[in-house]
Amino acid sequence: MKFSLEWLKYYLDTSASVAQIAAALNAVGLEVEGIEDPAETLVGFRVAKVLSAERHPDADKLQVLSVDAGTGEASQVVCGAANARAGMVGVLGLAGAVVPSNGMTLKKASLRGVESNGMMCSARELEQGDDHEGIIELPADAPIGANFAEYQSTSPVFDIAITPNRPDCMGVVGIARDLAAVGMGSFRPAAIPDIPGTYPCPVEIRTDDPAGCPAFFGRVIRGVRNGPSPDWMQRRLIDAGQRPISALVDCTNYLMLACGRPGHAYDLAKLSGPVVARKAQAGEKVLALNEKEYALDPGMTVIADDGGVHDIAGIMGGEHSGCTDTTTDVLLEVAYFDPEHIAATGRKLNLTSDARQRFERGVDPAFLDDGLALLTDLILTTCGGEASEVVRAGTPPADAKVVSFDPTLVERLGGVVIAPEEQQRILGELGFAVESGERWNITVPGWRPDIEGAADIVEEVIRIHGLDAIESVPLPRDPGVARPTATPAQKLERRVRRAAAARGMHEAVTWSFIPEADAAAFAEGEGGVWTLANPISEEMKAMRPSLLPGLLAAAKRNVDRGAAGLRLFEVGRRYLRGEGGASDERLTLGLVLAGEKSARGWASGKAASFDAYDAKAEALALLSEAGARADKLQVMGDAGPQFHPGQSATLRLGPKNVLARFGMLHPTTLRQFDIDVPVAAAEVFLDAIPGRKAASGFARSQYAPPALQAVTRDFAFLVANDLPAGDLVRVVASADKANIVAARLFDDFRGQGVPEGQKSLAIEVTLQPGEKSYTEDDLKAISDRITAAAAKQGATLRA
Amino acid sequence: MDYAQTGREAQARIESAADLDALEALRVEFLGKQGSVSGLLKTLGKMTPEERKEKGPEIHGLRETVSNAIAARKDALEVAALAAQLAEQTIDLSLPAPDAPTGSVHPIAQVMDELAEIFADLGFAVASGPEIEDDWHNFTALNMPESHPARAMHDTFYFPDRDAQDREMLLRTHTSPVQIRTMLDQGAPLRIIAPGRVYRSDSDATHTPMFHQIEGLVIDRDIHLGHLKWTLETLLKAFFERDDIVLRLRPSYFPFTEPSVEVDTGFSFVDGRRVVGGSGDDAGHSWMELLGSGMVNRNVLIAGGLDPDEWQGFAFGVGVDRLAMLKYGMNDLRAFFDGDVRWLSHYGFSALDAPTLSAGVGTPA
Repeated sequence: MKFSLEWLKYYLDTSASVAQIAAALNAVGLEVEGIEDPAETLVGFRVAKVLSAERHPDADKLQVLSVDAGTGEASQVVCGAANARAGMVGVLGLAGAVVPSNGMTLKKASLRGVESNGMMCSARELEQGDDHEGIIELPADAPIGANFAEYQSTSPVFDIAITPNRPDCMGVVGIARDLAAVGMGSFRPAAIPDIPGTYPCPVEIRTDDPAGCPAFFGRVIRGVRNGPSPDWMQRRLIDAGQRPISALVDCTNYLMLACGRPGHAYDLAKLSGPVVARKAQAGEKVLALNEKEYALDPGMTVIADDGGVHDIAGIMGGEHSGCTDTTTDVLLEVAYFDPEHIAATGRKLNLTSDARQRFERGVDPAFLDDGLALLTDLILTTCGGEASEVVRAGTPPADAKVVSFDPTLVERLGGVVIAPEEQQRILGELGFAVESGERWNITVPGWRPDIEGAADIVEEVIRIHGLDAIESVPLPRDPGVARPTATPAQKLERRVRRAAAARGMHEAVTWSFIPEADAAAFAEGEGGVWTLANPISEEMKAMRPSLLPGLLAAAKRNVDRGAAGLRLFEVGRRYLRGEGGASDERLTLGLVLAGEKSARGWASGKAASFDAYDAKAEALALLSEAGARADKLQVMGDAGPQFHPGQSATLRLGPKNVLARFGMLHPTTLRQFDIDVPVAAAEVFLDAIPGRKAASGFARSQYAPPALQAVTRDFAFLVANDLPAGDLVRVVASADKANIVAARLFDDFRGQGVPEGQKSLAIEVTLQPGEKSYTEDDLKAISDRITAAAAKQGATLRA
Repeated sequence: MDYAQTGREAQARIESAADLDALEALRVEFLGKQGSVSGLLKTLGKMTPEERKEKGPEIHGLRETVSNAIAARKDALEVAALAAQLAEQTIDLSLPAPDAPTGSVHPIAQVMDELAEIFADLGFAVASGPEIEDDWHNFTALNMPESHPARAMHDTFYFPDRDAQDREMLLRTHTSPVQIRTMLDQGAPLRIIAPGRVYRSDSDATHTPMFHQIEGLVIDRDIHLGHLKWTLETLLKAFFERDDIVLRLRPSYFPFTEPSVEVDTGFSFVDGRRVVGGSGDDAGHSWMELLGSGMVNRNVLIAGGLDPDEWQGFAFGVGVDRLAMLKYGMNDLRAFFDGDVRWLSHYGFSALDAPTLSAGVGTPA
């Protein structure tokens, strides 16, 4: 909301400075977003008279003017405006002045060989209106040489943000009222004129939609002369950012900006029959004043006559019945529209307007007659004419809200002590009627639809009193050291994050939404991916079902920037479909290892690429940090079609519970992400890791190092090529649980000496003797058990 | 025979032995079975007791001198040989050692951890909720019914889907729905923070369509705005590790709080960067908007299943990305979500930088 100090002073008797008013606006919650002082932006623009105008010798459309800007000397100015002529008075921008509309600094210049010492300006260039057809024409008696800003008696303009709860401050009057309450001057409410009609209103007005339009007041004014509105009105409108259109339209806009009260003026000549507020009929359309056609539906309230719809009620008037220069008789509409209806209609039509903003936030239902009187007065004053009697269809909601209030609530909720008298003064200034007693009964003024209860009253009192008065009060604190607060999930997340970083990976944070095709390639589960109805772009459309697509896109960007080797991870949610249409968001750690694992080196030789075992190592290490027992995990298949079918696997706890997947990515996946280096990746499903049983304390189980030293024995087995080595190791390790404490595979050999179709797997077995050392017989028995267990996997001891 | 002279001569020859082989030859020459000193020792048996008494010590002395000299020379030669061998093994230690990759923790995660650490000390537990929300939790329960104009201000991302209760599904626009979920789940009194991702359909130099917030909620019987002000001051003092934090409260409007308060903090520009501290009214200082907050609206308490005549409290929501930028000096929000390893290496944190109150939650530059 923009308004000039000059306009504000019409409703607020004040001698406060611009800075004081700005501070007060901020303090009461009317946030100042900007202050413009045209006296500053219009420095160097002077009222000037054109002494002579000659055709430019070298250009048809240019004239060479001799201009008097009050310096006593005529300056030569080249001008392209058709309306420039000898004798006219306009505005000259001197060299050095900055044109407000485009920020250009004026300089002495030569235009087609003729020197020009400034620029005669259009209204648009000086942000005085939209006119750019010609240069500004001022009255002949304008003081030559005067500073243009002073001549215009420009005023500083405040631009403030109005929160949606304050429709009253979408008019200058409301702002003045707040400022008066906070001590910035005394409030001068608009004087309501009494203008009796001299003849019955010739048009029937009805509301057939009392829900959408509870009240429709109107009257006719005959014999108006439309044309430009007076300068004082134009100035206030321009300062408020409103383009002057014609006196009739400007009067309705003026009322809206002054009092927050939208109204409408119809050209009576274009109406036929009764003017009715009703629901739109299916299929009806209206061409609105913004020159767009809107298709209406029966949920929307319109103003219509026998000829059809003229107005999207409370939102925008129609082109057909709008006032023009030839309008002589008008029907004024001042109505009350239901805020929810207006909001719903505006949303459906995707149409915003100044009127909609005010109606949907709630205009004062007690201000219809006053608003109509003010509008009538404005039109009679500016356009002449004769007003009819007022007709009133329906009644606006009339029940004033009364809030029962305990004045001690200000301290209990607001944390500040304010004397009851001061509370009453503040409320009184703001227009509340206070009936005091043990509890106060406070009547809420009609222009404050936001006030619902006691908490709102507290806000009114403390915001005017000043929030600075609130002292900090410590929250009560339990005795002793603060107790731990992190949830198990949070602890898990922190632990794996720092573990991954410690293992040399960089944590990335990538978008939760990704391109639909990327999401589809990683989709899993029922119902498909969550896809936004209104994405900001195609790149951010589908919620990620995996962390890998986002990491791959990041990897691609890094590779394109020249990164040779890359270790990235992310901890975040995957978004799946849950029960009952809810989402199922699962905490996940994704990682990608792209390109070179190690660069070429003087000792290591050629650069080495990441392989699937690197991804396995990370997955196992992180699972182990996350509390999963690495020795219980089984390596199984089905990492998913995004992975290399022969170089990927899952890590499971039992046959069903997949804790992680890892491996090299499928070439097709890499092609989809346009990555031309090998990529190993893993995804650790943190949500699938079974929670630890609540520990009973901190003490570990008892441990004493064995008295006797462990011994190792090596076994080499021949097995079929396709037997997973892990299966053999597992059976060997569990062949004699009393003695075997570890089994470690240290060789996988195929070739000379090993039969075709077989491989030799060498395993080092660690044996831990108990009370006494092993005898040869003991060792033989253990060996036999190991060999027998291996035989069940088809393994034979290698000769 | 002058045994002393013989000893000196033998000693001289031993000390000049060039290597272990020459030394061994000398040992054989002197002390071997046929050695000269061994020969002298054999003569002792044939001597008279008087002769033996006289010559014995001298001959034994000679043997001792020779064997000591041999042992000493042997040690010296072995040390020299080892030194020569080690000299052979010299390597160029200016060559680079094997690389170990260095990882990092993202600034958002780091700052989340810092905030959680501070709030833990203030007794706030951590709560969470879904990011794909329904419109009841995100709006209606927060006192924004369907027609509420504030809904339109939220630039909401919607899904075409509805849940089983026919609620419109959307991406949460703030962490505030967690307030409702936690109140319904745990009742009162409450002290929670809810960190997480939030989404607005907004993208420019200072806005990204996804960002991070921490919601704070305190519900008890006698909580007021003074407690809110203290909590935020205490938070910022601990977070920025400075005592000169000055807050300015401004009346504002949020449907879910009443009264509603916008909180500004004073700052100044130091070397072109915003540095939080001091009053915004001080010379060279200004105010910047930091967060929105207020006393929880009655309707929100009711939606959360609490009796608004018994319980009251405050809530606030603060942008984590913004706090990270202010503290650690990044100036482009979009870079947070790019995954550029150069940026991550520069602005990221060591895994060992886990924030603690005893060390100060922040990590110095």
